[in-house]
Amino acid sequence: MTINVYIPRDTTAVAMGADDVIKALKFQTQLFHLPENKELNIIRNGSRGLFYLEPLIEVETAQGRIAYGPVTVDDVSSLLEQGMLHGKTDHPLCLGLTDKIPYLAKQQRLTFARAGIIDPVNIDDYIAHHGFKGLTKALTLSPQQLVDTVKDSGLRGRGGAAFPTGIKWQTVLDEKKNEKIDANEKSTQKYIICNADEGDSGTFADRLLMEADPFSLIEGMIIAGLAVGATQGFIYLRSEYPQAKIILEQAIALAYENNYLGQNIQDSKQQFELELRIGAGAYICGEETSLLESLEGKRGLVRAKPPLPAIEGLFGQPTVVNNVISLATVPTILAKGSDYYQNFGLGRSRGTLPFQLAGNIKQGGLVELAFGCSLSELVTDFGGGCYSGKPIKAIQVGGPLGAYLPKAQWQTPLDYEAFAGIDAVLGHGGIVVFDDSVDMAQQARFAMEFCTIESCGKCTPCRIGAVRGVETIDKIIAADNAEQNLDLLHDLCDTMVDGSLCAMGGMTPFPVRSVIKHFSDDLMPTAQQQGEK
Amino acid sequence: MPQSTTAKIQQLIDQKKHLSGALLPILHNIQDQYGYIPKLALPLIAKTLQQTEAEIYGVISFYAHFRLQPTGKHIVEICRGEACQAMGSKQLEQAVKEQLAIDYGQTTQDNSITLEPVYCVGNCACAPSIKVADKVYGRMTAEKFAHLNDQLSTYTVNLTEQANEEQVMEQRK
Repeated sequence: MTINVYIPRDTTAVAMGADDVIKALKFQTQLFHLPENKELNIIRNGSRGLFYLEPLIEVETAQGRIAYGPVTVDDVSSLLEQGMLHGKTDHPLCLGLTDKIPYLAKQQRLTFARAGIIDPVNIDDYIAHHGFKGLTKALTLSPQQLVDTVKDSGLRGRGGAAFPTGIKWQTVLDEKKNEKIDANEKSTQKYIICNADEGDSGTFADRLLMEADPFSLIEGMIIAGLAVGATQGFIYLRSEYPQAKIILEQAIALAYENNYLGQNIQDSKQQFELELRIGAGAYICGEETSLLESLEGKRGLVRAKPPLPAIEGLFGQPTVVNNVISLATVPTILAKGSDYYQNFGLGRSRGTLPFQLAGNIKQGGLVELAFGCSLSELVTDFGGGCYSGKPIKAIQVGGPLGAYLPKAQWQTPLDYEAFAGIDAVLGHGGIVVFDDSVDMAQQARFAMEFCTIESCGKCTPCRIGAVRGVETIDKIIAADNAEQNLDLLHDLCDTMVDGSLCAMGGMTPFPVRSVIKHFSDDLMPTAQQQGEK
Repeated sequence: MPQSTTAKIQQLIDQKKHLSGALLPILHNIQDQYGYIPKLALPLIAKTLQQTEAEIYGVISFYAHFRLQPTGKHIVEICRGEACQAMGSKQLEQAVKEQLAIDYGQTTQDNSITLEPVYCVGNCACAPSIKVADKVYGRMTAEKFAHLNDQLSTYTVNLTEQANEEQVMEQRK
């Protein structure tokens, strides 16, 4: 008899000690505690996304999986003594059935339905959990039907820009449709590119998905290929994610072995090849045109648009560039139908978004919900407030280029349009919480500093504007002609927004302006406040 | 450098040169092997890809990940992202620099640690984070780092694990 025990190989789980816990568990069960005639089978699953509970151990029982966490090496012996391997619930770290943990039970898991449940590099496990159902369906549909299904679902790009995925696909599908294949076959090569350069601080949804359920991404990319007529795909993964690299490599190899990738996918005569490429520590390569340059082996300088990548993308060919979550959601849309998916959400924001609770938060992790809940629900009901126990002062949503929101704005429904209405962005769904010890003037300064470090240097407002931005903010902080310098900063922000080629320079003013607008006390303390300091 | 290094680097280049947009895969292949990109590699890459050395250098210098100098035995990266800042990474950064007596981009005197900043390692729910080679450490503190630094800077033979295994064997008998 085998006892199945799940301990994630996810980056955060390992960062919190999962590998050491396994060592301790193996050692202790070798010595004692293992019931007669039983064997321990440790499965390295992905994370459920309840990061505040990592390392989370799950033991399979007849009733379902029983969870224990967060487990440290020192807890292992008492857990074993109190019958963890029998699924006993006496130990203080026992959380009961995993599926019943409120943090998880209250979510609407569509894209992350399998995360933490399956072994990420076991293709049979994937298939047993409804894997490749979307592809099976896709193989019965025409390219136009596939594009229409994605259009009808209302799916918008989850990388941050929120462009309708179906419309992007349509553009690529229509491109060179009627052109005859000439002698140089490359002239009609189209590409599917997965943007896995998840550089925004406070975001980890892509990483979690790739480490927990890589086949869903692969499946989504194959479907995208079928839809637009592309036979070659690339995943551009950032170099800061070594664990995701290992898992994706294994998953791609398995997909080839099992005939889901290659020249004749599941004997359908359809072809799709997939290659993993690794970035090299440049935030700007998350910008799609910069990513294309990087894939071509060049410096990651952004390109002017138009032409759109959908028309002239990688090596000048029509190219779909989609975020990990967008692509990994496609199989669900195909398997369950566009109606099912677009029934979630509100307004023009359909479906679900994986929100990522990060920073100074008690219960950080991934929360997949339909659009429309409020920020305060997320950070209090799910997040449990600040990790430090202090009051929350500011919440940055949407990564380093997203606005800092004051308490007055935490009731804004989380959807793309509502956020645009308050000069903020949802971006990739990262939510970074700061307690009241934060100096918002420093956060504004950092936004500009980050831009000086990561700007590709192609256009002046970004390359030079960011440097001047840091200097100007320093002067304001030092109360050196603060009023005039503030006017100058506003002017600079206008120039960056209007004059930058891409979102790097164009959105850096978002966090800066939000600090000017909502946290001016930190930036320009009044004489009285300075006295108090 | 000896002839064999040239041959070895050429081999690393040849393994990836057939790829479309082969430069980044080639650079990764070389750096994974040597820990940096030896200067000697530049003319070899340039010749193979029919590009100029300046172009190759331009690409290497654009990306923070690629380096032309050897590093210490371990590369320690401190995350400077906002989520880590919210959990006190600036104080951590200061403490680590003081403990190691170096700044970013420098290597400790005993050549054991090179310190670098990193902008997000995706461990934002359990910040602040430090990355050593491919391993991330969450909820890092100055005290925990002192302990980690000891481990990284000392050559250790793990007697306990060996002893444990012997103990297990004993019990089994």
